[in-house]
Amino acid sequence: MRGRPGLITSYRKDISLFRTGTQRLWLVVLLLVALWLPLWMPNDWLVPAGISLFAAIGAIGLNLVTGYAGQVSLGHAFFLGIGAYTASALSTVEGPGTRGLLAYGYDMIIWLPAAGLVAALLGVIVAPVALRLKGLYLAFVTLGLVFLGQHLFQSWRELTGGAGIGRRAAELSLLGFRFDEDGEVFGVFLSDTQKIYFLGFVLLVVMALVAKNLARSRIGRAFAAIRDRDIAAEIMGIDLTRYKVIAFAISSFYAGVAGALLFTVTGFLEPNAFNLELSIFYVAMVLIGGVATISGSIMGAVFVTMLPNLIDFVSDYLPYDPATGPLNTGQLEAILFGLLIVVFLIFEPLGLYGLWIRIRNYWKAWPFSY
Amino acid sequence: MSERQRSLSAHLRGGRTEHEGPVLEFGGVHLSFGGLKVLDDVSFHVNPGELFAIIGPNGAGKTSMFNCLSGVYHPQEGTIRFLGQDILGMRPNRIAALGMARTFQNVELFEHLTVLDNLMLGRHLHLKYGAPTAAAFIGRARREELANREVVEDIIDFLEIQPFRKSFVGFLPYGVQKRVELGRALAMEPRLLLLDEPVAGMNLEETEDMARFMLDIRDELEIAIILVEHDMRMVMDLADRVLVVDFGRPVALGPPSEVQSNPDVIRAYLGEEHSVVGGGENP
Repeated sequence: MRGRPGLITSYRKDISLFRTGTQRLWLVVLLLVALWLPLWMPNDWLVPAGISLFAAIGAIGLNLVTGYAGQVSLGHAFFLGIGAYTASALSTVEGPGTRGLLAYGYDMIIWLPAAGLVAALLGVIVAPVALRLKGLYLAFVTLGLVFLGQHLFQSWRELTGGAGIGRRAAELSLLGFRFDEDGEVFGVFLSDTQKIYFLGFVLLVVMALVAKNLARSRIGRAFAAIRDRDIAAEIMGIDLTRYKVIAFAISSFYAGVAGALLFTVTGFLEPNAFNLELSIFYVAMVLIGGVATISGSIMGAVFVTMLPNLIDFVSDYLPYDPATGPLNTGQLEAILFGLLIVVFLIFEPLGLYGLWIRIRNYWKAWPFSY
Repeated sequence: MSERQRSLSAHLRGGRTEHEGPVLEFGGVHLSFGGLKVLDDVSFHVNPGELFAIIGPNGAGKTSMFNCLSGVYHPQEGTIRFLGQDILGMRPNRIAALGMARTFQNVELFEHLTVLDNLMLGRHLHLKYGAPTAAAFIGRARREELANREVVEDIIDFLEIQPFRKSFVGFLPYGVQKRVELGRALAMEPRLLLLDEPVAGMNLEETEDMARFMLDIRDELEIAIILVEHDMRMVMDLADRVLVVDFGRPVALGPPSEVQSNPDVIRAYLGEEHSVVGGGENP
């Protein structure tokens, strides 16, 4: 019996995150590959890769509230914006370039958690709407939030610089260490993009782990219960108000942190960026990645963010060239995007995560069919 | 009794605060939706360790009584006292915390979760750790998860659903789903268990199994049960007392033998004899 692969002999082992040695081995391989990639990737791949890591944090947040707790939210862009502007205002150092913008000059150790907390606070304020509305109606109200946010961002000039002008994104200075400047780290020369990538990598690992732990705890189970049968959940002793508020708070916290960092890669914030399209992008990440899965959120975020690069890459080997053809990369991306959402919803509702499970199960039994 | 069952029984009975008098008092309850009278002056009580059955034709208001009990409906008049405490107007989750659990007529399991997760959701009120501990999943969170897993495993053993532990409930056969739902209610460590048609749509073997579980729950786990069921043979075999309702009004209340011969009950179920005026004289 001992040494039989996959044999689980204790409940402690049964509830652990990675139950088998194989899983742990491949996780280490995956992490090592992710750390090795930025060392040789060209910048036009590394920039979207860095963005995708921050986007993954935001996608995990949306998946917690929409995928796990079943509260459909189209307002994610609003919370991303709140995080972005909180971070930018707190971090900017007062100077000739600030032009009367809010600028407090705090360190990253302050502005990063603050961006999450301010967004979480707004999430708590919005949550009571979810107590009265479900499904499509809730989606519509959260949609309103995006327009509200856009108006606020466009007209509050001291905070955002106003439409068409904008302001610089938060400054990545952690206790004096600059992520946004080239320099040596432990004797290795790293460019600013590489540094930002590693920052995103570490944050994503930590925040994904926290989200996974929440998802498998009594809190994640309560979310799923509310999603599947809210009345039965309440009769099981789950306080709907409490858990919906918790879901929105955690989700918005993730969005706030993601928003604060997303734009630091390009360094610039524009109020019109936080529009409905951005929300839809995040919904797409969740749908394409896999509803109610943490690893799926990451896969979805990476896939959706890297899609333009993938299209360019694939077109080198196809007879069609987006540079000269009637449809450019952006248009192709938009078309593919809609197509992918439709295809995944119909054929693989569990998204990339579902595909992965299929592949895994195939190879588990290989060379037998069953 | 198996060792598992002994441990379950000891677990569910230990730590109970003793309560004098009836588990549940349902007094003069009136419930109406607009002009529609659903419950009209219904009164009964349930004693500790009693298997109390409610029967009646479709639409008589049986499930509405359950919904009043678990706080989904709020009756306009009357009193509902559970373990001596007034629960009228309380939120469902507060009533659950007092020790009332139920199953549903149409299975209301969390279908995207496994059997284990469904049962662990029954333990929700017994898991006390908060979000910060959950985020790290060490120390208290892990300890509580493991301790409650033991209880859940005892219930899995008691209901004989070991093969389905990790299956998603949405894919399970109906009979097993009903059992899982019973397990989820038991996991709450209730003092009163409401069973809404636990054997509806089941075959003979499944019905026999369910009857055995109900007797074990009453006798060994010492949990009072209110049973709503249309399977008359089972109700008459198992119940200690039976309440018959028709059109929201109580028709009869007493031991099965008494209720069976009550003329009002027979009328409610079979209808009255009518003589047809001018019958037989066809033009």
